Amino acid sequence: MKSFLILEDGTVFEGQNVGSTQDVISEIVFNTSMTGYLEVLTDPSYAGQAVVMTYPLIGNYGITPDMESKKPWPMGYVVRELSRIPSNFRSEGTIQDFLQKNNIHGITGIDTRALTKILREKGTMNGLFTVNENYNLDEIIPKLKEYHTGDVVSKVTCKEKSILKGNGKKVALLDLGAKKNIAKSLNERGCEVVIYPAHTTAEEILNSNPDGIMLSNGPGDPKDCKTIIEEIKKLYNSDIPIFAICLGHQLMALATGADTHKMKYGHRGGNHPVKDLATGRVYISSQNHGYVVDTDTLDEKIAKPAFVNVNDGTNEGLSYVGKNIFTVQFHPEACPGPQDSSYLFDRFIDMMGGEK
Amino acid sequence: MPKNNAIKKVLVIGSGPIVIGQAAEFDYAGTQACRSLKEEGIEVCLVNSNPATIMTDKEIADQVYIEPLDLKVLKEIIIKEKPDSILPTLGGQAGLNLGMELAESGFLEEHNVKLIGTTAETIFKAEDRQAFKDTMEKIGEPVAASLVVKNVEDGIKFTNTIGYPVVLRPAFTLGGSGGGIANNEQELVDILTNGLRLSRVGEVLVERCIAGWKEVEYEVMRDANGNCITVCNMENIDPVGVHTGDSIVVAPSQTLSDKEYQMLRSSALNIIDELKITGGCNVQYALNPDSFEYCVIEVNPRVSRSSALASKATGYPIAKVTAKIALGYNLDEIENAITKKTYASFEPMLDYCVVKIPRLPFDKFITAKRTLTTQMKATGEVMSICDNFEGALMKAIRSLEQHVDSMRSYDFTKLSKEELLEQLKLVDDRRIWVIAEALRKGISYEQIHEITKIDLWFIDKIAILVEMENKLEKEELTVELLKEAKRIQFPDNVIAELTKIDEEKIRQMRYDNNIVAAFKMVDTCAAEFEAETPYYYSVYGSENEAVETKPEKKVLVLGSGPIRIGQGVEFDYCSVHCTWAFAKEGWETVIVNNNPETVSTDFDIADKLYFEPLTAEDVESIVNIEKPDGAVVQFGGQTAIKLTEALMKMGVEILGTKAEDVDAAEDRELFDEILEKTQIPRAAGGTVFTADEAKEVANRLGYPVLVRPSYVLGGQGMQIAFNDEEIEEYMGIINRYAQDHPILVDKYLQGKEIEVDAVCDGEDILIPGIMEHIERTGVHSGDSISVYPAPTITDKVRDTIVEYTKRLAKALHVKGLINIQFIDMDDEVYVIEVNPRSSRTVPYISKVTGIPIVDLATKVILGETIKSLGYEPGLAPTADYIAIKMPVFSFEKLRGAEISLGPEMKSTGECLGIAKDFNEALYKAFLGAGVVLPKHKQMIMTVKDADKEEAVGVARRFANLGYKIYATRSTAKYLNDNGIEALRINKISQESPNVMDLILGHKIDLVIDTPTQGGDKSRDGFLIRRNAIETGVNCLTSLDTANALARAMETANGKLTPVDIAKVKNA
Repeated sequence: MKSFLILEDGTVFEGQNVGSTQDVISEIVFNTSMTGYLEVLTDPSYAGQAVVMTYPLIGNYGITPDMESKKPWPMGYVVRELSRIPSNFRSEGTIQDFLQKNNIHGITGIDTRALTKILREKGTMNGLFTVNENYNLDEIIPKLKEYHTGDVVSKVTCKEKSILKGNGKKVALLDLGAKKNIAKSLNERGCEVVIYPAHTTAEEILNSNPDGIMLSNGPGDPKDCKTIIEEIKKLYNSDIPIFAICLGHQLMALATGADTHKMKYGHRGGNHPVKDLATGRVYISSQNHGYVVDTDTLDEKIAKPAFVNVNDGTNEGLSYVGKNIFTVQFHPEACPGPQDSSYLFDRFIDMMGGEK
Repeated sequence: MPKNNAIKKVLVIGSGPIVIGQAAEFDYAGTQACRSLKEEGIEVCLVNSNPATIMTDKEIADQVYIEPLDLKVLKEIIIKEKPDSILPTLGGQAGLNLGMELAESGFLEEHNVKLIGTTAETIFKAEDRQAFKDTMEKIGEPVAASLVVKNVEDGIKFTNTIGYPVVLRPAFTLGGSGGGIANNEQELVDILTNGLRLSRVGEVLVERCIAGWKEVEYEVMRDANGNCITVCNMENIDPVGVHTGDSIVVAPSQTLSDKEYQMLRSSALNIIDELKITGGCNVQYALNPDSFEYCVIEVNPRVSRSSALASKATGYPIAKVTAKIALGYNLDEIENAITKKTYASFEPMLDYCVVKIPRLPFDKFITAKRTLTTQMKATGEVMSICDNFEGALMKAIRSLEQHVDSMRSYDFTKLSKEELLEQLKLVDDRRIWVIAEALRKGISYEQIHEITKIDLWFIDKIAILVEMENKLEKEELTVELLKEAKRIQFPDNVIAELTKIDEEKIRQMRYDNNIVAAFKMVDTCAAEFEAETPYYYSVYGSENEAVETKPEKKVLVLGSGPIRIGQGVEFDYCSVHCTWAFAKEGWETVIVNNNPETVSTDFDIADKLYFEPLTAEDVESIVNIEKPDGAVVQFGGQTAIKLTEALMKMGVEILGTKAEDVDAAEDRELFDEILEKTQIPRAAGGTVFTADEAKEVANRLGYPVLVRPSYVLGGQGMQIAFNDEEIEEYMGIINRYAQDHPILVDKYLQGKEIEVDAVCDGEDILIPGIMEHIERTGVHSGDSISVYPAPTITDKVRDTIVEYTKRLAKALHVKGLINIQFIDMDDEVYVIEVNPRSSRTVPYISKVTGIPIVDLATKVILGETIKSLGYEPGLAPTADYIAIKMPVFSFEKLRGAEISLGPEMKSTGECLGIAKDFNEALYKAFLGAGVVLPKHKQMIMTVKDADKEEAVGVARRFANLGYKIYATRSTAKYLNDNGIEALRINKISQESPNVMDLILGHKIDLVIDTPTQGGDKSRDGFLIRRNAIETGVNCLTSLDTANALARAMETANGKLTPVDIAKVKNA
């Protein structure tokens, strides 16, 4: 069956349908990772979006046990070609079945490079996935322009708190759409990790007397998270060490008076160089963000840039003055992507007073 | 850290002659690095014995020494040039070993010269087997259970503890020379004995065999600040057990999940960090396909064939960045040359798939074993890029120029299912075709995988190609089907064959339905950033992004494809220089080529680069987009020449010598007319198609005769036949492939062989120099020792050659280059053949005479004349130096290959000896080719009857040098009868001790064996030669070469004066 991707600017791409046949409107973003399509699909930060994979051959190793959350989150999935057979010793099925089962509207046979170039030139856009050949652009485009990802954090966060047992430091992880490997990275280092739903009050977290607080990644516009920002202000004012990733990093910046803005087309992939300003070392990082902290709005009495993106000079991390708080825009938990910055979890453990 | 300003003058060591395992990739890396150094204001002094390279041009370095890569010579150069630093990581294993020897000997310290880039300590840790193993153990990186042994007994003992099979890897050798897999004690003893001998340090690693695991490589970079990145990873389709140079390789890896990809990536970075590599490095892994278990196979702390491939596959210039890092820069201070917006501290992201296929020389060595092992056999490779794997594979196979363009090209249809299952066990270069046939016969993926261990994903891709072939054969050709066939890159001719529709109709159907190739850009970043470098590959069914340019003048330069015997790096040299010359004249330049090892496919050589197969259809797609004003074909070897007719049909003007004149030189009848008209004699001959016709001509002329196909390079299929049986045999070999052109049978004349390259402007000619071969006619010019200026010809012969060259060039209306081979027989000059194009000797003669031949030829093509360029027509004044070009062979890598010299070219590369004195030049040439004698002062002679008289003189020279001569019965008798002491030894077939025992005793320096002419039928001679080669004994099959060697040895121990050819000017 044919399927169409219609962009806000009126461009139409035609391909073959896989997975769901339902009409879907979402924000279209591209990811340049060459491996890790399953980790991308199950990253909650993609809630409200559809992902275009720039690597043309997807599904080669099938579905493996590498999910970063319970389910896939993108509403649409755009690829050049899906492998006819998956091949890997851990493969449990095909990506075709996976999309079908999870009701995701996929399109194959798309000139993903041409699509990516449009998104690069014109910036991230909304789009409609449809199998209806008689689409009417005049009706569709206004609808596309209206679409906003909205409060997606509430959709992706856990419903109840849960605990990963450990004998080391006690970490409270605020789940704003956390990838599994954040909790796992801490747990592997001995931490007991208590995972809290996004709308947990600061009071509840502080009352549990954690050794450290971890703010996770998550989807959407950080400014939509108004109530969470208020709670984070309270966490900032406690003396508990805090480490934040991606959305968590943006929310901490907003909570302390800095601003964020939407980037033209964001950073999504596994090859972004970030420079640790303290050492001059450059690390290759995994990234997935469409918003960024505005460096100009930083109050240097509160926070200083700690990492910068070597390609475009955007902010990639902050250290908070006089506080045991540091936050990064990229993903030290990787999955997918390079594990070069996983040392930051060790730094966090040190900040909490080292191993017990 | 910014640039280290203490570095002002750098000595760069090249890799020497092209041999199997060390090819053009080092010219590419070295050239790129030298340009990168010069860009930084560094004075560059270059040493490389290979004159066919671009890096040895005076435009590339400030001082250029085409000298033997020998410790003594290098020391002389360092003393003379006083560099402050040496960069040894760009010249392959040869360069690295020399750098290490210089450092280890204390010479560098003594002369205050630093190794820059990777340090000696790092090189030692990566290259020394035990040190490497210890380092890996220290950082917890797994290596296969192994032990370094120095003798066979220890090898057997260790293997008994870990069990067979084991892999054997000699330390410090090229391309895994002397390595292999041993399945039992006999094999272990054989391979180990040979490996111990070949290793520079007499060490071989005995290792647990992990054959069948996935083989994956990572190309990584590190700077002195500890920043590390991965340029690219690559997966070998052939599992562990086949040398990566002989494997079909895909980039990026296709069957690794992110967990596996990142596990190995982290490991690679961990390793280079521990080794403190500064620059590019290659790490090879074996990955268990059924678990996360992996082993580090090896680490190459230098640029390599794989790094050249990775550079071309991603657009990330590894050698350039390596040079900058050596100067002190950090990765985040080096600009990404493709995007010009980002920096070298990032990882390229591909949005396409790259396939590399090795070019194996089995079409040349039909007796050689086709089996692929851990010892590399390929002479070159091709690469292709597409947005799907099937398409990339299809493009790659047709780029090989080996008569393969589909999954049916090697015919296994006659094999039964059972036979196929057997055939699948054989690991050779035709394996994917065997798999295709197995799929056709209904053998399951699982069964194929079980036998070959090739991943199911790749087997499925071959199945997709087979299914398409079936559809095209059985179904009606709809527009949809045609689109799909083109998407996976089926060429029109294959579609035509399968559908039985005329190729022209297929082409028309494509154009009618707008099924045309689109071009996408290689941009290092999967379109994330705008890129500025027009480096393109073709796809079907996508948007075209090749930017239309309308310059005043645009030229299409056709490259020479993969490096193979007969068409080597020389032609890349010519293509690149022609491109530069056009650019200087204000033309926009467009290069088409498919060889990832070369300079021509570096993205900043031409204005535009198309990485595509060199077939008529693929080139037409480019022509449709680029609409060039003309094309040049005379610099790209036979590959480009073959496209002449097709280009004219596309309406592209051929710049320079016209197609019909090229034909006139190749077509026997037309050429005879020209010779008649110009009154130039040649050996009598005729043209034939069948063996019967050939025999008729041969008998009319009288044996011996020379048999050869037309339109070939490197004397492919050329033989001297002495009787009817041999004619039958040779014609059979030539006619394995349908011949478009007749086969030539000529009377064989024995005399001096003389060669000239000339530039002709249509009126006048310029001959930079005349070369004379040491070996008489009958040995291919590429395999002969060539001397400039011709030392023994008379003035009359010289004048005749100049005159004939002029007549031929004019008669053929040559505009540009012409290469002619002559015979000087008793002062009479005959023409052998005329090639109205560039030749193998152009780079060498340009450098020696200081006359930039390609540059002049290009300007002549554009309308200049020899006079207007400031040159006096005729033969240029003789240069101050004698230059001797020495062929270099790779016989030890090719089990079963016949090594005797004949009309078919067999050498893989060449080196130069240059000096004011003939003998010194000759000595340097032998030294550069690795012939370093004497060692034991013992030799074996076995010559055919016709050579016995002449052999006396040769034997006397060696006896005077103190050699003890062993000879087989009749040779010994003849020598003794003529007053030369020779010890008689038994033939192989006779009882021990015989000639074989002597060779295997490692006490023999040299074997002189002249085979019975016309192909040696006696197994004895063949076995002697093979065993000599495989045990590292120099083996000569021509008395002329033997005499030259004796002469060189007679003058050994004299002082060697290095010559800076950048200072050589034409008088």
